[in-house]
Amino acid sequence: MTIKPGEIAIVGAAESTRIGAVPEMSQIMLHADAALNAMADAGLKPSDIDGFACVGPMMPQQLVHYLGITPKWVDGTGVGGCSFMLHVRHAAAAIHAGYCKTVLITHGESGKSRINATPRPPEPQSLQGQFEAPFGPMGPPTLFPIPVLRYMKTYGVTHEQLAQVAVVQREWAGKNPRAAFRDPITIDDVLNSKMIAYPFRLLQCCLVTDGGGALILTSADRAKDFPQKPVYILGSGESAETTMVSQMQDFTSSRAFRVAGPEAFRMSGIKHSDVDHLMIYDAFAHLPLYGLEDLGFVGRGEAKDFIWEGNTRPGGKLPLNTNGGGLSYTHTGMYGMFALQESVRQVRGAAPAQVPDVKVSVCHGVGGMFSAAGTVVLSNERP
Amino acid sequence: MTLEPGRPRPEPTPETKHFWDGTKDGKLLLQRCGDTGKAYFPPRPFSPFTGTRNVSVFEASGRATLHSYVIHHRPVPGFKPPYAIAVVELEEGPRMMTNIIDCPQTPEALQLDMKLEVAFVPMDEAITLPLFRPAKEG
Repeated sequence: MTIKPGEIAIVGAAESTRIGAVPEMSQIMLHADAALNAMADAGLKPSDIDGFACVGPMMPQQLVHYLGITPKWVDGTGVGGCSFMLHVRHAAAAIHAGYCKTVLITHGESGKSRINATPRPPEPQSLQGQFEAPFGPMGPPTLFPIPVLRYMKTYGVTHEQLAQVAVVQREWAGKNPRAAFRDPITIDDVLNSKMIAYPFRLLQCCLVTDGGGALILTSADRAKDFPQKPVYILGSGESAETTMVSQMQDFTSSRAFRVAGPEAFRMSGIKHSDVDHLMIYDAFAHLPLYGLEDLGFVGRGEAKDFIWEGNTRPGGKLPLNTNGGGLSYTHTGMYGMFALQESVRQVRGAAPAQVPDVKVSVCHGVGGMFSAAGTVVLSNERP
Repeated sequence: MTLEPGRPRPEPTPETKHFWDGTKDGKLLLQRCGDTGKAYFPPRPFSPFTGTRNVSVFEASGRATLHSYVIHHRPVPGFKPPYAIAVVELEEGPRMMTNIIDCPQTPEALQLDMKLEVAFVPMDEAITLPLFRPAKEG
C-alpha cells in the first residue's frame, strides 16, 4: 500500500548546541551533539532508536557505534547537501514498510575548524578530475555559479536583482539570534563586497561554518505520545542529474529540481497556494531563483521580480529562507539539515522569526553543484 | 602558449583514452550514438541517450560558442587570477568545461555566444588540454 500524506512524523529535531565556529568539537562530535539534543527533544535514549541515516564522509557504522545504537535499518545515501531530504524520504518509506520504528538522521560538519574533516578533491581519473579540474575550478564558489551568466542573459536578470537575494535573506537573519551575520546590508554593500568568482561577490556566497543537526522520525500513530507537537511529512521527492555542473542539461533550470519538487507536491496533494513557508537551499544567491521557478511557485524568468518586489521578505506572501539561509545563518558544507530544522521550527511555531499561522512548509535542498535535489513537505496537521 | 605548472592533471581511463590521445594529435574527438545520431560528451563506450553500445568516435569541427563562465579572482595553483572557467557549446551539441585563451579575462571581452575555436595546449608529453580562443574572422 502506498504511503499516505501525514503517515510519518518528525518527533525530534535539534541543531548542535552551538553553530558557527565550534573548535571544541570534531566532526563526529558535532553529529553526536546534535543527536543527543534531538533525542532530548523527543524524550528518547539511543536504545529507543532502531533506524539510522547519515551522509559521508561520516559512515553510519561510525555513528551508530559512537552513539550506542543498534539499527535494524541503515541509510548512508550521500548526494551532497540535500542528502538529509532524501534520508527523511527514505526513512518515511522504511517506517511505512515496517523495517524500523524510530529513525535518527544526523549531520555534523567541521567546515570551518576542519577538525577530523575529510578533504574531497576530485580523483584525477574521475570524469570531474579529467574534464573539469584541469580548467581551474576550486570548490563550490567557482563551480556553482557557472550557469548564472546564461540564466542572467536568458531572463534579463541584473546584478542588482541577484544582490537583492542576499539583502532579503539578511533581513531574516537579523531576526535570528543564532545567525552568523545579522547586520542589515544594502544592494551596494553586496555589489561592493569582494569579488570571488564573477558574477558573484562575497555576500552572494554561503558561509563556511561548523555545526550539526539531527531529526527523529516515527509513525504518526506513535507520534502523539511524544513531548513535541508532531510535524507530519505530507510528501517528498528526490532526483539526481550529474556531478559535473558543465554537463547539466539546461543552465537556466535544474532537472533534479524539476523532478523532486513536483513529485513532493503530487505526493502531498497540496497546491502552491497552500504553502505558508518555503526553504530553498541557498549555497549561492542564484539558487532561490532557480528553486522558485523549478518548483513552480513562479513562471520562468519571474523569480527575479518576485524577490525584488518583496514577496519573500518578512511580511511578504511567501516567506523564504527565514533563518537567513546559507548566505547569512550558517553553512557547514551540507546545509540541507539546517533548512529542514528551520522548516520544523516554523511548523511547530517555535522559530525566532516565526511566520504567523504556518500550516505547510516546503523544504527544498540541492546537492553538489545542481547534482541532486530533495524536497520535503511538512505540516502540523495530519490530512 | 605554455601552461603554468600546478594544474590538476587528468588521468585517462580505458573509456577516455581515445579522447586524450586525440587532443595530443590535435584532434577533438567526440562520440556519436548509433541509434539517434546525436553526439555526446564526456566519453563513454555507450550512448547516454539510448544505452546502445553501438557508438562511434568522430572528429569535431573545433568550433564552439561561449555558453557561460565565471571569472575566478582567488589564487589557485597553475592559474593567474583573474581567470575565466568557461563552458563552451560545441558546434556538434555537447558542452565542455575549458579556459578561454588569447582574450582578456573580463566580462567585456567574454561575451556569451561569442564564436570560439579549439586550441590544443600541451600540459606535458602525455596530456594536451583542449582550450578555446576567439574564432578568427571569416
